[in-house]
Amino acid sequence: MAAGLRLEKTHKHPTLLLAGETLMLDLCGGVWLPEHRTLIVSDLHLEKGSSYAARTGQFLPPYDTRETLACLHEAVTRHDPARVVALGDSFHDDRGPERMEPGDRAMVAALQEGRDWVWIAGNHDAAVSEGVGGRYADALTLGGLVLRHEPSAEPVIGEIAGHLHPCGKVAMRGRAVRRRCFVTDGTRLVMPAFGAYAGGLNVRDRAIEGLFPNGFTAHLLGDGRVFAIGRAQLARD
Amino acid sequence: MAPTGAGKTLAGFLPSLVALSEREAAKAEPKAARGLHTLYVSPLKALAVDIARNLDTPIAEMALPVRVETRTGDTPAHKRTRQISRPPDILLTTPEQLALLIAHRDAAAFFSGLRCVILDELHALVTSKRGDLLALALARLHRLSPDLASIGLSATVREPDELRKYLVPQRADSPPAMADLVTVRGGAKADLRMLDLGRSLPISGHTAWHSMPAIYDLVRAHRTTLVFVNTRLQAEYTFQELWRLNDDALPIAIHHGSLDAQQRRRVEAAMAAGQLRAIVCTATLDLGIDWGDVDLVVNVGAPKGASRIMQRIGRANHRMDEPSKAYLVPGNRFEMLECQAALDAVEEAAQDTPDARLGALDVLAQHVLGMACADAFDPLGLYEEIVSASPYAGLTWESFEQVVDYVATGGYALRAYERFAKILRGPDGLWRVRDARTAQAYRMNVGTIVEAARVRVRLGRTLRSKPGTVLPKGGRVLGEIEDEFADTLTIGDTFLFAGETLRFEGLAEDEALVTRAPLGTDPAIPSYAGAKFPLSTFLAERVRAIIADPFEWDRLPKQIGEYLQQQRRRSVLPGERDLLVETFPRGKRHYLTAFPFEGRLAHQTLGMLLTRRLERDGLRPLGFAANDYGIAIWTTRDVSERAVLDPDFIGDLFAVDMLGDDLEAWLDESAMMKRTFRQCAVIAGLIERHHPGLKKSGRQVTISTDLIYDVLRKHQPDHLLLRAARQDAATGLLDVRRLGMMLERIQGRIIHRALDRVSPLSVSVMLEIGRERVYGEGADEILAEAEAELLQEALS
Repeated sequence: MAAGLRLEKTHKHPTLLLAGETLMLDLCGGVWLPEHRTLIVSDLHLEKGSSYAARTGQFLPPYDTRETLACLHEAVTRHDPARVVALGDSFHDDRGPERMEPGDRAMVAALQEGRDWVWIAGNHDAAVSEGVGGRYADALTLGGLVLRHEPSAEPVIGEIAGHLHPCGKVAMRGRAVRRRCFVTDGTRLVMPAFGAYAGGLNVRDRAIEGLFPNGFTAHLLGDGRVFAIGRAQLARD
Repeated sequence: MAPTGAGKTLAGFLPSLVALSEREAAKAEPKAARGLHTLYVSPLKALAVDIARNLDTPIAEMALPVRVETRTGDTPAHKRTRQISRPPDILLTTPEQLALLIAHRDAAAFFSGLRCVILDELHALVTSKRGDLLALALARLHRLSPDLASIGLSATVREPDELRKYLVPQRADSPPAMADLVTVRGGAKADLRMLDLGRSLPISGHTAWHSMPAIYDLVRAHRTTLVFVNTRLQAEYTFQELWRLNDDALPIAIHHGSLDAQQRRRVEAAMAAGQLRAIVCTATLDLGIDWGDVDLVVNVGAPKGASRIMQRIGRANHRMDEPSKAYLVPGNRFEMLECQAALDAVEEAAQDTPDARLGALDVLAQHVLGMACADAFDPLGLYEEIVSASPYAGLTWESFEQVVDYVATGGYALRAYERFAKILRGPDGLWRVRDARTAQAYRMNVGTIVEAARVRVRLGRTLRSKPGTVLPKGGRVLGEIEDEFADTLTIGDTFLFAGETLRFEGLAEDEALVTRAPLGTDPAIPSYAGAKFPLSTFLAERVRAIIADPFEWDRLPKQIGEYLQQQRRRSVLPGERDLLVETFPRGKRHYLTAFPFEGRLAHQTLGMLLTRRLERDGLRPLGFAANDYGIAIWTTRDVSERAVLDPDFIGDLFAVDMLGDDLEAWLDESAMMKRTFRQCAVIAGLIERHHPGLKKSGRQVTISTDLIYDVLRKHQPDHLLLRAARQDAATGLLDVRRLGMMLERIQGRIIHRALDRVSPLSVSVMLEIGRERVYGEGADEILAEAEAELLQEALS
């Protein structure tokens, strides 16, 4: 097991230590920082469905935004955070907020009510800055943690990032299971995408493996709990 | 309707040739009379090309002034354009190309003089979504040219009336209209036998490994042999085994849908030129092409259906006056029963073609967009046209409106896409396509055949200086494998493909990179056990009848009779309409087996539902296995004991209400339902396979349809595409309809036997347990050992 990583026994939402801070890996795909009463979610990709209709004329069900917000609402209700951090690519494109249905917009406002809400800038939504409440930041520091959208190329202790949409695949006896996952080596963490229509990149891809030269553990989001899987058991696509 | 080989295809053209030569002779209206006279539609591109060749000869010999052309996906653009401006007299094409033609802006003028449409191999077309697409096109043709005569050519089928209705426009509130029926009888009786090795066959398994030397001897003794198998993997296995025995180096080839297209063309050309002694092939060669020289057909594995087997036998000696010669090669004891049932069916010329289908809504959506591309449409007029097609005769106006709404803006309760609408309704009440780009996207995505997403298989190069390193580029492409199959491979896995044992080296840029495995490597391919086609209802009935009647056993090879005797002694043999359920302990577990004989798909669904019920009843089921004949479920708790305490237990377990909520709940979660949904989404254009200006393959579809399915199911469960997917599930991958019929049949006819140990019949399905991978000799030996052990226990 990599240094600095201490796993509690199998748990629905396992906790681990990163740069001295306690992180709870929530089954919904978010990270809960109990000491900071902060919930982090990454890559919401709101309005991805409608961006397809606008760009390509493919009418995907326009319910992805409310589905994503419903999951977020569930996590917010459970933790009642003082602060919510959306770790970038919160909207699929810059015009996403314009296309949002009034009901979904109201849902965002209700979630923001009474808490600090931080939109971290991503690559899809770098120019979003108006009309959806909350405050904006390029990155955020919380105790020993640094929260930003894209993982740094050089190792940064305590960095929590998103952007890569990691997925882990386990293949055995003629069956393959592919799930979204957290990836960590005990010094930094890459979060799974939270959005209903967000795709995934295999953790064995160079873009992810390259961030962890000393190996990593993937925490796959199962149906009933989060599973810790070692690199050796993870198949490439 | 005529037996295969009767020459019906050329007969179909005779009236057209006569009319065309008269038209030319009269020359009354030389200008107006020109134009497309006869349209021929075949399910296979190759068949259309083949027919064109066969027509050219008599036309040239009689010096008829008739121009015949083909229009397929391979026809170059300039020729297509020319065909529209200067139509040939006779055009030969496929259902997809016809869909494109009727969606053309000039379709009305192009088809206005059409006198005759000939639909070939109609029996094969009508049972699929392609048949729905063709039915809609036919309705349009009848409207563009009201005097049109439609001719269907079909092999002998059980329900000719369904085909007769398909050919002519139907009218609401009047009895079904039907085309005239011309039946050609006779034809030499096929010389069909079961290959009897005079040795004991295994109880399970489909490879027929024991028969390979005998098949090889048959190939040697004949001029040209077609060896049909049921799956691609069986094809690979059989091909490799035959080559292992091929001391004479006979030219034996392999042909299946996953092979590289060029390689398939080469095999077909070599076959046509008479250079091959045998082809091992799958359903890809089931239909129509006249090879001429084939003098023997061998069918390896279970026949699965009487019509299928007749079609295959018809591939040999494609002439009426000589008998076709064919062998059925069973892979196990149950397949022997099935072969016997098929022999009987062929003897009586009995058929099992499935009933007519309900027109699919996803296909209708595609068609509606196509009609908007052709011209502005009036919704009422289009609705009347559509319900004149027999598969859509029952379509309600409400459903039609929903389809139009879907085409326009996706059909969502949340009106999010109004401003992006694909078709728009003008002040005149007519619907028009939005723009040229939308029409282009329609043309790029027409058709109902949704191939599973596939990845190319490329032979990688190993570096001699650095063993273990595989260079990703430069090697030959061997063909394609399904994405789902590729997903289950891990580096180092070996599998049979294109006649070789390959080692999977990983995926690189959407290609599966492989190397040749060292000689003697035991391939570890997963088996899609049995076949893609489930046992037909019709053959299943016959198999049940044979088992129920001991007098029938005399006609079977001796060993199978003995096997059934053993079953009768140890347990019981069910009557023709009964369901046998056995429960028994084995090891630390308890087993329940049942033998409905309704095909693998229906049994898998049954297995899922029974497992849920047993779970709820506290019997703690651990798993189940299914084959074409029955299922086995194993549990921690004792089912026999429960049945003693509660005499109604087994009957309740199989009660018809099983198909209620449990089914819905399970269906919606099942991977097969997601796959079905994906097909509907692609056909209906929710997901475009190709997009103007973008190059993308199935694998690169950026949003997974599984994610879309989950979201849609939650937020709009009655959406058109979910309805379409459920309609497909009823008859398709899950065969729910058949399961329902079975449950009705067996109510009050369940025979339960609580046994101390496994019975001979149960052994057959028990052997499916844990049989996820295999084939190849090493693995089969192990299985044979396990089988022998289990058998010993059952028969001792």
